[in-house]
Parts: sequence; structure tokens; C-alpha cells
Amino acid sequence: MTDALFTYVLRLADDAAILGQRLGEWCGHAPTLEEDIGLANVALDHVGQARALYSYAAEVEGKGRDEDQLCFLRVERAFRNCLLVEQPNGDFAQTIARQLFFSAFMLPFWEKLTGSSDATLSAIAAKAEKEAAYHLRHASEWTIRLGDGTAESHRRMQEAIDLLWPYTGELFEADDTVSELVAAGIAVDPQGLRAGWLATLSRVLEEATLTLPAQGWMQTGGRDGRHSESFGHLLSEMQYMQRAYPGHTW
Amino acid sequence: MSAAGDTDTVQALPLGEQRRRALEVAGRVPDPEVPVLTIADLGVLRDVRVQEGGVVEVDITPTYTGCPAMAVFTMDIETALLAAGFSSVRINTVLSPAWTTDWLSAEAREKLRAYGIAPPAGKASRRALFGDDQVACPRCGSLETEKVSEFGSTACKALWRCRACAEPFDYFKCH
Repeated sequence: MTDALFTYVLRLADDAAILGQRLGEWCGHAPTLEEDIGLANVALDHVGQARALYSYAAEVEGKGRDEDQLCFLRVERAFRNCLLVEQPNGDFAQTIARQLFFSAFMLPFWEKLTGSSDATLSAIAAKAEKEAAYHLRHASEWTIRLGDGTAESHRRMQEAIDLLWPYTGELFEADDTVSELVAAGIAVDPQGLRAGWLATLSRVLEEATLTLPAQGWMQTGGRDGRHSESFGHLLSEMQYMQRAYPGHTW
Repeated sequence: MSAAGDTDTVQALPLGEQRRRALEVAGRVPDPEVPVLTIADLGVLRDVRVQEGGVVEVDITPTYTGCPAMAVFTMDIETALLAAGFSSVRINTVLSPAWTTDWLSAEAREKLRAYGIAPPAGKASRRALFGDDQVACPRCGSLETEKVSEFGSTACKALWRCRACAEPFDYFKCH
């Protein structure tokens, strides 16, 4: 049970840390000043969630590691985040599509997790839920503005939705780790969130005059440490300080 | 008064009185991003315990999970308590119950408004979270306002503009 809990919390922590890192890459590059600040704020929420989750994972593991060691001293294959969050920022539409898919899943996920029998996960979820509500609102508004905008913005938003769609299947995967914790009342059964997630997407995409892709083939591997090509580059930048100066502290 | 004098004074008091003093000192620490509010106004300061020998333990709760002000709060609380004559300070972060803007006192809301930041409108309900806020301009009080951006100068604020007096302003989001 301890092993499963460690893995589960680590996956959530990695999702938050990697998406926070990706969004942070927009800082100084976003299309408008307001959006630059907006994306950095969303990134900050994810980094905050990652810190709380890594600290808890370290406590569960009980091997003396801390949040920084888990985030900055693990190699690529040890990361357990889903492939969606590590996908490159691409153009602004791709970033927004990634945000839409992820936040539409995470809002109901955190809502459910507030009912976890694990007090720490429940407390983290209660804070994260409110943040996720803002993230979903932000992504939805942009999806609608771009989809229902010019011919060019419509084309790019649809391409982004289609491009990232195969990475959404992983959000609903439930392996033995998840099943064991669902049975214990600790974890959320992701399968139960699929209908609501599709309903949210359908509503937003319809208003955006965009098309929800057909189910199709889905990518997998992130939860077992098999990542996409760009992931190593992301880590090399995120972990640069600890790789250059091992054990360095502020 | 010298630091040594403070130490003698505070640590000689009964523990109950020391706790009251520690609460007051810690509670006065200002928010680095909204300096008109203290951590007591915000509801970030949750509890203080004092043991023999001037040992203080402080519980604080984050407003937003990733709030960078928490690191500054921690340093400032420690500095203030040490300066007040306590000998060691330990600060715990507690997550539950989760902080909400509903904890802001009426006085704190008025301080925000006078400072030019629109206080959170109404209760931190799901409706408010999903954008049904009606926000009054902190300058002229008009409700003819519009959201410019979901995110403002800090994680806890959004950027708004008043259509009546043309003032751009920060809005402390419902959370």
C-alpha cells in the first residue's frame, strides 16, 4: 500500500511539476502582457501543487528524500507524469489545447479527491480544486476566442486539438496501483470522470465552432517512465542547477 | 530597549501572556504583496503555541498553493518573534481547512478597497469561481466594470477596468 501511495502521489506531483515547467517557458514570450502574466500565474499554481505533493511523496516514501531531490535529482525514466503535460508549447493554440484537456480533467478529479480517506491528499485537493476552476475557465475562454475567431485562428486551434488528442487517453488509465488505492478509498477512479470530461469538452468546442476528434488510437507510457522525445530537453533545463552543482542549496 | 532586555521581559511573563504577545507580534506581519493587510487580517495566521524557554511554534496556511509570499511570511514572522525576545521559532504550514477569501474580515475588505484593490465579491461559491462576479470599482464604486485578464499582478488577483471612471484596478479573486 505504501508503494502504491508513493507512486500515485509521485505521478500527481510529476504532472504538476512538468506542466508548471512547460508553462513557465512562456514567461516573456506570450502574445500579450496580460497573457504572459496569466500563464506564469497558472504555472505558479502547478509548481505550488507540485511542492505540496512532492513533500508528501517524500514523507510516504520515508527514505529521507525531500521535495527538491524528487523533482531535480531523478532521471528521465523515473518520471511518472502523463505524456500530455510534457508536450512542447508549440504555438499558442497548442498550449491552450493542452490546458483545456488537462484542466477539464483535473477540476472534477480534485473535486473527487477532496473525499479521499487520505487526509493530506484531501487537503491538497481542496486547494487545487479552486485553482483548477480558474485554469479551466481561462483555457475555455481562449479556445472559444480562437476557434470562433479568424479563419487562421480557427484552423490552428482545430489542428492543436487534433494533435494533442491522442495524449488524452492516459488521463483515464487505471493500472494496479490506481485500482488498489481506489478500493481503499484513497484514489479517484479516473474512468468515472470520462463522461463529465467529454461533456465539458463538447460544450466548449461547440461554442468554439470546433470538432471533437473521434476516439481513435491513444498514446501511452508516461506512467511507467516512457516519455516523448522532447522530455529529456525539458529535464535538462529544469534540472540544470542540480546537475551543474550537485547538492547545491540556496 | 536592548534585545537582551526584551528577552528578559518576554520570557519572564506567564506562558499565557507570552502566547498573547506572540500572536500579536506575528499577526502584525504585513503581506509583502498587499502591504495594507497583515497575516492576521488575511487569516493566514492560524495558531501560536509557546513553551518554556521562549520556544514558539506558529501555524500558517497558504492562500494559494504556489503563493510566493509564503516564504517571505515565514522569514518575517521569525524575524519579528526573535526581535520581540523569543529564543526560537518554528513555523508549520497547515493545509486543512483550506484558506478561503471568506475569511477576510469586513475591516480587511475595507482596507483593500481604500488601497485601490477591489475586495472579493460575495462568497467563494462555485458561481463566483466560474465568473459570475459583479465587481465594484474601488475608486468610484461603479458596477460598470469589466475583466481585462483572469490573472493580475499576483496569483490572488485579476485585472479589471472601470468603464465609468476608466480606472484600471486589481480585483482580489474569490477563492
